[in-house]
Amino acid sequence: MDMKGAGWILRGRALVLGDDINTDLIIAGRYCKGADPKELARHVFESLDGKLAARIRKGDIIVAGRNFGCGSSREQAPLALKAAGVGAIAAESFARIFFRNALNIGLPVLAIPHVRKKIKEGERVTVDIGKGELAVPRTGHRRAGRPLPPFLLEMLEDGGLVPHLRRRLKRDGKI
Amino acid sequence: MPGTISEKILARASARPRVTPGEVVEAKVDIALSHESARLAIRAFRELGVKKVWDRRKIVQLFDHRVPAECEETASVHQMIREFVREQKLENFYDLNEGVCHQVLPEMGHVRPGQLIVGTDSHTTTHGAFGAFATGIGATEMAAVWATGELWLKVPESIMIRTHGRLKKGVSAKDLAIYLAGMLGAEGADYKAVEYRGKAITQMSIGSRMTLCNMAMEMGAKAAIMEPDRKTFAFLKGRAKGRLLPVKADKGARYEFDILVDIDHLEPMVACPHSVANMVKATDVEGTEIQQAVLGSCTNGRLEDLEAAARVLKRKKVHRGVRLIVVPASREVYLDALRTGLGGARAGGRVESILEILVRAGALVENPGCGPCLGAHQGVLAPGESCISTTNRNFRGRMGSSEANIYLASPATVAASAL
Repeated sequence: MDMKGAGWILRGRALVLGDDINTDLIIAGRYCKGADPKELARHVFESLDGKLAARIRKGDIIVAGRNFGCGSSREQAPLALKAAGVGAIAAESFARIFFRNALNIGLPVLAIPHVRKKIKEGERVTVDIGKGELAVPRTGHRRAGRPLPPFLLEMLEDGGLVPHLRRRLKRDGKI
Repeated sequence: MPGTISEKILARASARPRVTPGEVVEAKVDIALSHESARLAIRAFRELGVKKVWDRRKIVQLFDHRVPAECEETASVHQMIREFVREQKLENFYDLNEGVCHQVLPEMGHVRPGQLIVGTDSHTTTHGAFGAFATGIGATEMAAVWATGELWLKVPESIMIRTHGRLKKGVSAKDLAIYLAGMLGAEGADYKAVEYRGKAITQMSIGSRMTLCNMAMEMGAKAAIMEPDRKTFAFLKGRAKGRLLPVKADKGARYEFDILVDIDHLEPMVACPHSVANMVKATDVEGTEIQQAVLGSCTNGRLEDLEAAARVLKRKKVHRGVRLIVVPASREVYLDALRTGLGGARAGGRVESILEILVRAGALVENPGCGPCLGAHQGVLAPGESCISTTNRNFRGRMGSSEANIYLASPATVAASAL
């Protein structure tokens, strides 16, 4: 599937969050001994809102403010979100380690300025991964950020760093 | 074309004559550091199907987050990682015997100026204090590094933080770090390489420089770097093997912005719940009731930190309602604190050692490691409790209950608060 600019579009309900959603809020340290997806999904956002984990539905799209994912390099943070069913994250800006970790595990992340403006909680949104754009079908409202560079889109397309690197290593005869 | 320290290190690591901010390079890693995080890295490494790590001399593995194992699951994680170490014949494995990764790495000579260091821990930025480009990565990324010895990096913009003046007596690097985080904000240095310069930086001990570079992470920094000097080489002598190749910024190198911070009037600072950038003067929160005080971590668990606390606590007693938890950052620090009195005097006879002062005052001394910093064990907080700590993060729920409060401060402030 050639995604660059073409049609990788995700649809889901908007889960609207604020600024500085840090990794301890996403998944507390005490749950980070291992990475059992069911455990992580059960405790996602616990310190932010104890009832949030139960409300998340598969395909939900997080629409957040600035500095999403700040804090620790723990990979359990994007893993917990993915395990809970989050389909993608569109935030005004991301903390760098989280951003990279999310892409590495195949969770699409898009930095889009002012993305939260005019988005209602629970509203249906679509995200065009290749274009780096979020749209609201109901209103026709669109916001775009800088799209991911081709090499990262390619990695996402492969499902994350491991499948992407495996492909490269096989091609080079290293495995 | 003149380059900043970061630009020059990344150019060398990617075998390029020069690099510019914004471009993506493939860089060769000099040192790859991990702790219990290796669990997920090993899983990803197996999935990659690579049989051997790229260079078993360049990987440093130890345990510090949950030591000794606080539950069966952690014990199994340690066991699984030990097996991997044996299988791959990793040369630099410290198990749980040495302490916090960011303290042990330089102590054991694995940090050298001019190197590219990556670690599965966000506070890997600490090692910029030695003039290395050191940055945090995730576990899957680390598996790729183990397999190939390299990773892609977008060359960051460098920013310059210059200090003017000197730190007053009783004011330390931690106070400056909190002040900077408050001034620049939790993402003020996002994706940037921070370079620190100034007389006060040169006058700082290695330990204090580590504190500053460690805390740069709380402003979102990709890396935090200082030019190596006499003190750096003195520390590394006898520890780091081989020739040291320091990298200095070129005259005329471009910085995205350049801030001058006047520190003559800087006072002890405190970061209030639940953000490091939520800074106030310590005097503004004087009198706040606390139940726990923590002295330790990669941020402030060194001999100078324990000594600063011992100065305050000598011949005094910790308040009845406060648990003062002391966690030396490494076995070396622990030994030094056992054998050294205030002012560097040799302990013995009438001279009390730093650790003795702390224990007599009522401190609970724990084994070197991360301890209560991440709320895993060794000092978890109950709902409604408040803790003042020398650690680096005070996010809601970090040390236990999400109804607890964490204040961050310098060792001297933490010790004074425990009285």
